[in-house]
Amino acid sequence: MVHIDSLQALADIAEEKQKNISDIILMEEAEGKEENIDKVLRQMSANLKVMQEAAKNGIALDTKSESGLSGGDARKYQQAVLAGKTLGTGMLDSVIMRALAVAEINASMGRIVAAPTAGSCGIIPAVCLTLMEEKKMPEKKVVMGLFTAAGIGMVIAKKASISGAEGGCQAECGSASAMAAAAAVEMCGGSPYMVIQACGIALKNLLGLVCDPVAGLVEVPCIKRNTIGAVNALAAANMALAGIESVIPPDEVIMAMKSIGDIMPGVLKETAEGGLAATSTGKRLEKEIYGIK
Amino acid sequence: MNVFDIIGPIMVGPSSSHTAGAARIGKMARRLLGDDLQEAQIQFHGSFAHTYKGHGTDRAIVGGLLGFEPDDLRIKTSLEIAAGLGLRIVFEKVQLREAHPNTVVIKMRDKSGKALSVTGSSIGGGNIVIKQIDDLKVEIYGEYHTLAVVHQDTPGMVAKVTGLLAKNNINIARMNLFRSRRGGEALMVIELDQNVPSRATKSIANLECVISVRQLEPTKRLGGE
Repeated sequence: MVHIDSLQALADIAEEKQKNISDIILMEEAEGKEENIDKVLRQMSANLKVMQEAAKNGIALDTKSESGLSGGDARKYQQAVLAGKTLGTGMLDSVIMRALAVAEINASMGRIVAAPTAGSCGIIPAVCLTLMEEKKMPEKKVVMGLFTAAGIGMVIAKKASISGAEGGCQAECGSASAMAAAAAVEMCGGSPYMVIQACGIALKNLLGLVCDPVAGLVEVPCIKRNTIGAVNALAAANMALAGIESVIPPDEVIMAMKSIGDIMPGVLKETAEGGLAATSTGKRLEKEIYGIK
Repeated sequence: MNVFDIIGPIMVGPSSSHTAGAARIGKMARRLLGDDLQEAQIQFHGSFAHTYKGHGTDRAIVGGLLGFEPDDLRIKTSLEIAAGLGLRIVFEKVQLREAHPNTVVIKMRDKSGKALSVTGSSIGGGNIVIKQIDDLKVEIYGEYHTLAVVHQDTPGMVAKVTGLLAKNNINIARMNLFRSRRGGEALMVIELDQNVPSRATKSIANLECVISVRQLEPTKRLGGE
């Protein structure tokens, strides 16, 4: 059993064994839990199914949230795409639509997979399900992509944080974006080394992002931030696949994220006291939602 | 931490702490009371008090009290389901002293009139801790099979109970003792790697000075299970 405490170590082990990062994570999980590999694979397939349902339901169902702050944007986006009103960017449109759909299902008390958190649950499905559809990938490949994403998430959680209350939105949507970028690179045949470069690039791009939800609810700006996490993951994955590297090594990016989170003021860490939550509209909405005069 | 803590759990949104964790606290309260809930007074503190409506914390707690898992879509309509079953549920906002910001006090009464109060906190990522049962301060995380043994505070109780577990080849993961006062009623919370067979719980219940034994199933499920 190997101990994985850095992205570099993870990539090194995979490269040395001539395996994918997902293979290493899957084996670790099965060994650690003393379970057979098929059972662990089935468990991840179940997660994928829930992601697929959420992406579908986010467009098919009414997603108005309890607070009234959100809902219906994924459907609106789909209609605009069908009517040719967007820039017409194919895969990008699908990714944006799915990120909205899954995040809106979450806000409306539907069923999702926390990935790594509920607030950032749209990013990984948006990227993985869109690649699955566009590249006609078999389910197994996508399931393995989720193991890669999980492996990256475990390193980030161990070395920094995946919680908005601890590290701001960079720790939630930033981590999810890095995880999605990693999955995308592996699913598209990139090497383990490219996988971690994609993580480094994706995470770098969202450093400093604060957690400032209006009325403290996982809706504004969380839902739309899921779209930027997903789109950023595509950009990072593409750059890594092109051989572009993160000048700052991926593990150091994670430490930078941690140190930024540590010095980030508390009002910007899920307390609804700063940023967008503290704007005049944010405050007005909060009062309306909670019936405060 | 394992893979399914990161990609998972499967849950009803929108918040792992305010919805999934809340459902687990509700479920733990149900396990401590038994299945015959009649009424519950649910008191929210801190962030729970501020945002419970928008996060569906109220629906999640009641869903847990009804026995729903955190991924059960019925959580969304749990208040209506509870009303349909004739349960009396009221919500209040309170200010507790020195409590975690996501804390709830659930004061319950069952059909026989027995009352039980359970205080729990949702401490992040869907993880919870039960902090108080009636007047007794405790720490129960609900991650393992847990045995709650209420007994008279007398010498040798730990040896007797753990001896019976050892005889049944049951491994203890974690254990805590809590008591109201010396010689008074005490609670032994034993977290175990496996389920305790009913003959073993019976033999513990039959020990002198044991008042009650309750087995609590873990409320944490892994993604996909």
